[in-house]
Amino acid sequence: MRALVTFVYLFLYTPIALVVLFSFNAGRNASEFTGFSTQWYGRALSNTFLMEALRNSLIIAVTSAALAAVFGTMAAIGMERLGARTRAIFDGLFAAAIVVPGVVIGIATLVALVEVFGFINPVIAALWPGDQPPKLALGYGSIIAAHGLFTMALVTMIVKARIASLGRDIVEASSDLYATPFTTFRQIVLPQIIPSILAGFLLAFTFSFDDFIIAFFVAGSKTTLPIYVFASIRRGVTPEINAIATMVLVASLVLIFIARFLMRERTTTN
Amino acid sequence: MPLPHATKRRLITAALVGPASVWLFVFLVLPFIAIIVFAFGERAPEGGYQAAFTFEQFANLGARSAAFVNTLILAPIGAAACLIVAYPVAYYLAVKASPQRRLLLVSLVVVPFWTSLLVRTYAWMYLLGARGIPHLFEFVGIENVRLINTPGAVLLGIVYGYLPLMIMPIYVSLEKLDRRLLEASADLGAKPISTFFGITLPLSLPGVMTGVALVTILLLGEYLIPQLLGGGKVFFIGNALVDLFLQSRNWPFGSAIAVTLVVVVVIVLLVAMRIAWRVAGTRQVDLI
Repeated sequence: MRALVTFVYLFLYTPIALVVLFSFNAGRNASEFTGFSTQWYGRALSNTFLMEALRNSLIIAVTSAALAAVFGTMAAIGMERLGARTRAIFDGLFAAAIVVPGVVIGIATLVALVEVFGFINPVIAALWPGDQPPKLALGYGSIIAAHGLFTMALVTMIVKARIASLGRDIVEASSDLYATPFTTFRQIVLPQIIPSILAGFLLAFTFSFDDFIIAFFVAGSKTTLPIYVFASIRRGVTPEINAIATMVLVASLVLIFIARFLMRERTTTN
Repeated sequence: MPLPHATKRRLITAALVGPASVWLFVFLVLPFIAIIVFAFGERAPEGGYQAAFTFEQFANLGARSAAFVNTLILAPIGAAACLIVAYPVAYYLAVKASPQRRLLLVSLVVVPFWTSLLVRTYAWMYLLGARGIPHLFEFVGIENVRLINTPGAVLLGIVYGYLPLMIMPIYVSLEKLDRRLLEASADLGAKPISTFFGITLPLSLPGVMTGVALVTILLLGEYLIPQLLGGGKVFFIGNALVDLFLQSRNWPFGSAIAVTLVVVVVIVLLVAMRIAWRVAGTRQVDLI
């Protein structure tokens, strides 16, 4: 049994370890390690297309995760106050946002946005006083919106679970002591749910940062990091991709550990 | 004049759920209506969509039957393969591992799930490609081993990618198992193997069900693994969708396939919930 489990852990980590190892390869060859070098990192970091993609991914991930954290938390708090039937509708829609495959979310968003833009753009053009009317197009906005859908559902789920385990007596005590609802929220509720909001934010960020398939459909002319990596994999396997992959891996590892740490706070304070 | 209390309360509630409602409506409900409308339309001569009401797209689903067959065969097989590998690991983590090491070992299982599936699949593309494992075979004199772009490679990628998602729910259900039942069973003279089949396995079934359902549903929409490890030879519905939307631009037909995929996902989900109800209440799955 032990041997089997050890084997599974090796299975999980060896491929990743090899990718990391060969990112430090001096030669171009992906199967022979010819010496230690960080040249591929240098090359990756001075690649302007790659840096552009990284910048796009960071902007999109931060924005969509922030929107998801704020609106998701608001929804989690607000849903408490809804009637059973309305709440069930929300539960169903959030569950759908999580369960429907990313590829379908990407397609559906693409189709809907192209139709809406096709309708709105001529209207703007007709109303615009100048020569060059602004044109709505796929890009940052559409990726942020589509990522925000999944991640908002994720944050709502996490925060809702935390709220459900919250003691109500302390909230009542606070209002008995003449605290306004807002003060009660700020001093009693918020400090207790903030770790789960932060964890939700980080998971949302990681999801958006790692997502390929949704962005592939709704990115328009923008390139995100996963789209760039995917395109360069199709051009051929080189140590430069390994270097990029290693950096992506390290970035998400750091975030996961922070998120897990925050979630652990939750269980220890209980 | 101050607002009545009930009205004020309602306004605050509306403000709280408002943004999320807008999001759910504009980016989930509306797009869904759009693809359903498209699925009943026609392909415009230059690609894209032309308004119509026809069942032609659905009648034509057979043209992409290979993608459906591959997905509907490999997704359950992939989930089953994950289960076979995951169960012993979950069992070890929940029952055998010492409490001090358990936390670390569980973290090591969860962490890969939250890192890029693209990068993890790339790792296997790298290992299975001509300069990876087949290259090692050449050293011992076995030539022309082809691993990548086979159903086996896709299956391997699936097990690798989704193993954490299978281990976690099983681990959770095994961890909650009352140890006294196992002791009682042993005290009453049951052999370890009959204790396992009589007590442990049945009580972990909710976790098994959750894991199998989660993995199967995610696999139904998979794109990256068949794309990178199947190399166009082993393709899923997701790959057909990318082709139809981004290459051949047959949006109505693509929409019909997307709608069908969602229907399949919902059916799998309903069947899973049905079985889960029968196996008694499922437990909450903690993925993080």
